Amino acid sequence: MEYLKLLGIVIIVLGFAFKWDTVAVVVIAALVTGLFSGMDILTLLTTLGQSFVQNRVVSLFFLTLPMIGLVESHGLKEVAVNGIQKLKTLTASRILNLYLIVRELGGVFGISLSGQVQFVRPLITPMVTAAAEVKRPLTAKDLDEIKGRSAAVDNFGNFFAQNLFVASGGVLLIVSTMDSLKHPVTGTQIVLYTVPIAVVTLITVALYNVWFDRRFKAPKKG
Amino acid sequence: MAQLGNILLTVMYCLIGFLLAIAGIESIKAKDNPAHIGTGIFWLLLAVVFAFGTLIPYAVTGGIIVIIGILALFKQIQVGKIAPVDPKFAATAAKRIGGWVFFPSVVLAIVSIGIAQVKSLGPQAGQVGIGIGAAVSLIVAILLTRAPVKMLYNDSQRLVRSVGSAGVLPQLLATLGAVFTAAGVGTLTAKLIANVFPAGNQFLGVVLYCVAMALFTAIMGNAFAAFAVITAAIGIPFVVAQGANPAVVAAMGMTSGYCGTLLTPMAANFNSLPVALLEMHDKMGVIKQQAPIAVFLLLIQIVMMYVLAF
Repeated sequence: MEYLKLLGIVIIVLGFAFKWDTVAVVVIAALVTGLFSGMDILTLLTTLGQSFVQNRVVSLFFLTLPMIGLVESHGLKEVAVNGIQKLKTLTASRILNLYLIVRELGGVFGISLSGQVQFVRPLITPMVTAAAEVKRPLTAKDLDEIKGRSAAVDNFGNFFAQNLFVASGGVLLIVSTMDSLKHPVTGTQIVLYTVPIAVVTLITVALYNVWFDRRFKAPKKG
Repeated sequence: MAQLGNILLTVMYCLIGFLLAIAGIESIKAKDNPAHIGTGIFWLLLAVVFAFGTLIPYAVTGGIIVIIGILALFKQIQVGKIAPVDPKFAATAAKRIGGWVFFPSVVLAIVSIGIAQVKSLGPQAGQVGIGIGAAVSLIVAILLTRAPVKMLYNDSQRLVRSVGSAGVLPQLLATLGAVFTAAGVGTLTAKLIANVFPAGNQFLGVVLYCVAMALFTAIMGNAFAAFAVITAAIGIPFVVAQGANPAVVAAMGMTSGYCGTLLTPMAANFNSLPVALLEMHDKMGVIKQQAPIAVFLLLIQIVMMYVLAF
């Protein structure tokens, strides 16, 4: 039964969808795939070990952690927060767009913050709320949309700029996977071809945020 | 010189092994974590695999991965409580260092890209660049913060441990991709899909790959996992095999997957965590704000991949 080796894909899809432990799911999927494709135990373990050792390059980002740990404990977040707080008198869209730029620039330099916890909740959402309620009082629905939009902007900036950094997990995984699929690419190439989508995201989301401001105009008189 | 690239890479893997070993020792000492033994063994096993790499018979390394899988299955790998950054110390340091605190990160990016262009280092230039960039930026950070060794040790183990088993997931997924290739999963799915889908059309191939990346990412909640599976099964046979530039296909394939992440409650970290964190009433509130942009970006990427790749 040739099709049984597709069971590995089924395990991955179900395992991730049902939130089983991800490491266990991946190891089990690899074992099942190997066994059903007719490998004996020794060949299977050898394939597994060899592939893992050859893909060590994906985990190179561990080398950058000591530096990141040091700047983090020496006020990385505090300096960023101080900088953003100086912008108190802006409209909702300007705050969101500045944060988007900060997030994308962070991506370029491999600074990955847990943005939702460190910035969106304590800083961005309160500032956008304050800016939006200048013209008219906000309803509960408005507040929910402001929160949703602030969180969304963090995700946009985070996702579409993180592959602009050669040592990011995404770029390393792409390079390693393409190598084992026999179509080698370099990290620099991946960064280069991520630039268009990062720019398109920046422009589109900026316009999307400017459009968002219209909601909070003063109510029409009469 | 290509030889030099290989030697440097081996040194870098040894250094990673050293870092992981520190994380392992500190994890075992963290007795308030109920899984402290398992977590410590996990890091130490990984440390051995990184440091000794090709010196260990591959079958033994395969066995180590199975052990790690078993530890994970029985929930014996856990991050546990890790002492956070001291906010008072950070605030004082922030006043002293100011904007320069970003400087080491800039150094890392510039040095990595710069070294990657040194052709004489051979095909490993990119990887060696990351290692040298990490080393140079760490030295810059030490000079900048004037941190003592003890603090460096502490910050290193804090960060490695808090990454947890998620840190090794990308490498495991790449390994799974390689096992899929060895088992012929890609060729089989390609054959299956070819029965229902017209092969040989470049544009339809791009549409199929990008939409499948977004869809499978939405189902699994993880673009990295989808990338390993879908690129082998669809990306290579239906797009790259038709003459597409593999770098364009891979780069935009991954970001097409991210469009799926924006649309799915399965990506809990990104779409459900903020709902709880921000005390929102609408459980789908974040996804609703993301949906129009996600669909638009997916369409744009299909067009861009087709135009740039062929």
